[in-house]
Amino acid sequence: MDLSFSSDDLRFRDEVRAWIAESLPADLCAKADVDAHFDMEEVMRWHKLLHAKGWVAPHWPTQFGGPGLPPTRRFILTEELELAGTPSLSPFGLSMVGPAIMQFGAPEQQQRFLPKILSGEEVWCQGYSEPGAGSDLASLRTTAADDGDAFVVNGQKTWTTYAQYADWIFCLVRTDGNVKKQAGISFVLIDMRTPGVEARPMLTIGHTPAFCDTFFENVRVPKTQLIGPLHGGWTVAKALLGHERTLIAAVGHSQRAIRRVKRIAAAQGVLDDPSWRGRIARLEIQLRALQMANYRTLAGAALGHAPGPESSILKLRGSEILQNAFELAMDLMGPDALAWFNEPGVVPELEQSVASSYCYNRATTIYGGSSEIQKNIIAKLILGLPGA
Amino acid sequence: MDFQLTDEQNLLRDSVRTFTKQRSPIGRFRKIRDTAEGAGAGWDQAVWREMGELGWLSLPFPESAGGFGGTLVDVGLVLEAFGATLVPEPYLASVVFAGTALLRAGTSAQHERWLAPMIEGATSLALAHAEREHRFDLRPRSTSATREGESWRVRGTKPFVANGHRADVLLVSASSGGDSMLFALPRDHAALRVDTARTIDGLASATVTIDGMIADEHRLAGGDAASAIERAHDAAAAMAVSEGLGICQSVLSLTVEHLRTREQFGVPIGSFQALQHRAVEMFVEVELIRSMAVLASVRGGDDDDDARRSAVSAAKAQLATGGRFVTQQAIQLHGGIGITDEHDVGLYFKRMHALGVMFGDEEHHVRRFADTPSFAAM
Repeated sequence: MDLSFSSDDLRFRDEVRAWIAESLPADLCAKADVDAHFDMEEVMRWHKLLHAKGWVAPHWPTQFGGPGLPPTRRFILTEELELAGTPSLSPFGLSMVGPAIMQFGAPEQQQRFLPKILSGEEVWCQGYSEPGAGSDLASLRTTAADDGDAFVVNGQKTWTTYAQYADWIFCLVRTDGNVKKQAGISFVLIDMRTPGVEARPMLTIGHTPAFCDTFFENVRVPKTQLIGPLHGGWTVAKALLGHERTLIAAVGHSQRAIRRVKRIAAAQGVLDDPSWRGRIARLEIQLRALQMANYRTLAGAALGHAPGPESSILKLRGSEILQNAFELAMDLMGPDALAWFNEPGVVPELEQSVASSYCYNRATTIYGGSSEIQKNIIAKLILGLPGA
Repeated sequence: MDFQLTDEQNLLRDSVRTFTKQRSPIGRFRKIRDTAEGAGAGWDQAVWREMGELGWLSLPFPESAGGFGGTLVDVGLVLEAFGATLVPEPYLASVVFAGTALLRAGTSAQHERWLAPMIEGATSLALAHAEREHRFDLRPRSTSATREGESWRVRGTKPFVANGHRADVLLVSASSGGDSMLFALPRDHAALRVDTARTIDGLASATVTIDGMIADEHRLAGGDAASAIERAHDAAAAMAVSEGLGICQSVLSLTVEHLRTREQFGVPIGSFQALQHRAVEMFVEVELIRSMAVLASVRGGDDDDDARRSAVSAAKAQLATGGRFVTQQAIQLHGGIGITDEHDVGLYFKRMHALGVMFGDEEHHVRRFADTPSFAAM
């Protein structure tokens, strides 16, 4: 057993670090230093710089324009980007619809969509949840009626994150209402500029405009934008959930959050207080355990093994740890934790965005399959417990 | 990065598992516990000797000291399997804790005299170190050693010395003007008094009282005793995580089996979501402990103090909280039967508690983790 990265991998890590240091624009660097929020323009600016370097999609194979990095290097690249606090890229194109198109799309669909996902020329969002279909996603009711060479889509998608900035949306729609609910779903791509599509932004509890309700009224979608077989959308959606398990724990984000926790504790003058110190240390120990579980998954992936049972805990525990880090940061801030989007100077710059992140990060245990859904899956598939 | 076991390690793991399955299933632990009440025996000399013949007692020692030249990864495989069926022989106390302290602090002549017979399985060892007033301090403080001519006057008391009640040779730590020292004493040495003290896990230990003159030849003189104690303590803490992992795996499978088969309200209780989710939370903790057991095995023998302390203390703290959660919830999910002495889940619960305390409890290791330079680095 060996827990060290190879010297080649460590050199790659150095290369990534050096590149970030010289390439992250000064204004973004200043924001990263205090973990401020990045707006969409900033995210896309960073997306394009990463694309120019060839690193925007570490997990994409070379045939689709990715760098073809082995699992360990993808992990290192992603971890370094997280640790440096660089803007998080939108996952909807790069990590979700992109891999779906690679796996299930026709060659002409791949040529049409993948290059523009990579370049950032087209921004994507996700149309899964509906007002009546959250954890029970398969009960979705947005319909796509057959109309010659097109579908006609009607319905409403919700929590469509950053739909107001998106050029395209990938949707699960009902194409057959007379079969078992999972069997009548298809996966389609819809141009957000098509007549009848409307995205209405709403504020999150973090006071950020992340969410939208997206409405579809008689929206014509060419059948060339169906991905995978007709009525085969549930299979496409399930395959997406299994992608990149090694990155789902977001250990780098949590490490950065704990680093900020320590900086706040130091600034508040309580870093040496045994009680606070104990809370920080306990959280860091939990993260260390998660990191080791993540390394086990990564080492398995590097050998080409399917993800082991440990990989199923990564999202569950990773999301909780990130929440706990922001909760601890809020607690450490004391009275400053009452502040909400004030002008600079009301609270120290380091604390400025903590409250908003604390609130928004309550989402981490909900999105991507809530913790309760994750537990249902583990109970059934790994522990073999009987269905209700 | 490589989490694969070598072929040799796979073989070792298989042979230990076969042994525990055939020769020392959980029922053996119970039987020994129940027949040894009061007598303070607790384990079987013949089995110990057999472990010596199989080479298991030699794993962490270099070939120069008559050992196998293995690592804590090898030792961890043995202890994980031992934890799964609660093998009562004093592997952790004698081989890992006392044995590696003797290795580091003793001369080669002293290895020949006290370590070699233990490696064969002819004798067992104990290390009497912790003192009641000083909790898990790595330095002996209230046990004093004062030079008198060619000998040492040593005085002090060590409670709950693991395997102290059976050890043929006891290592005793003492402070001489702030310097840590270790003495190796046969159990019939005039300065020693050994009183059996029962422990929560159904095993026994000893209260060791030292009061008398000890010849200088008994002082371990081959290395720095303070460092030897810390390194042995770290090795033992790291290996407690492996033993605890074995316990947690057994407890999780007992619990899942119970949830699948126990029926109430006309259905298996494992179909209830509240219980399913509790079982999943146990599973999560088991996977985290497994991950930390790897970390502790690989880093537990590291010469880099910062890396070793940080890894061992993180892992041991994780075991304390995670292992407690897993075993407590196992009892809860078993319901009333989990409270009875006749069910095995309680045996695991109590051994896990002992492992949580031994070689530093959660509080101790959280503090130590926070005191490493890597914690302070931002």
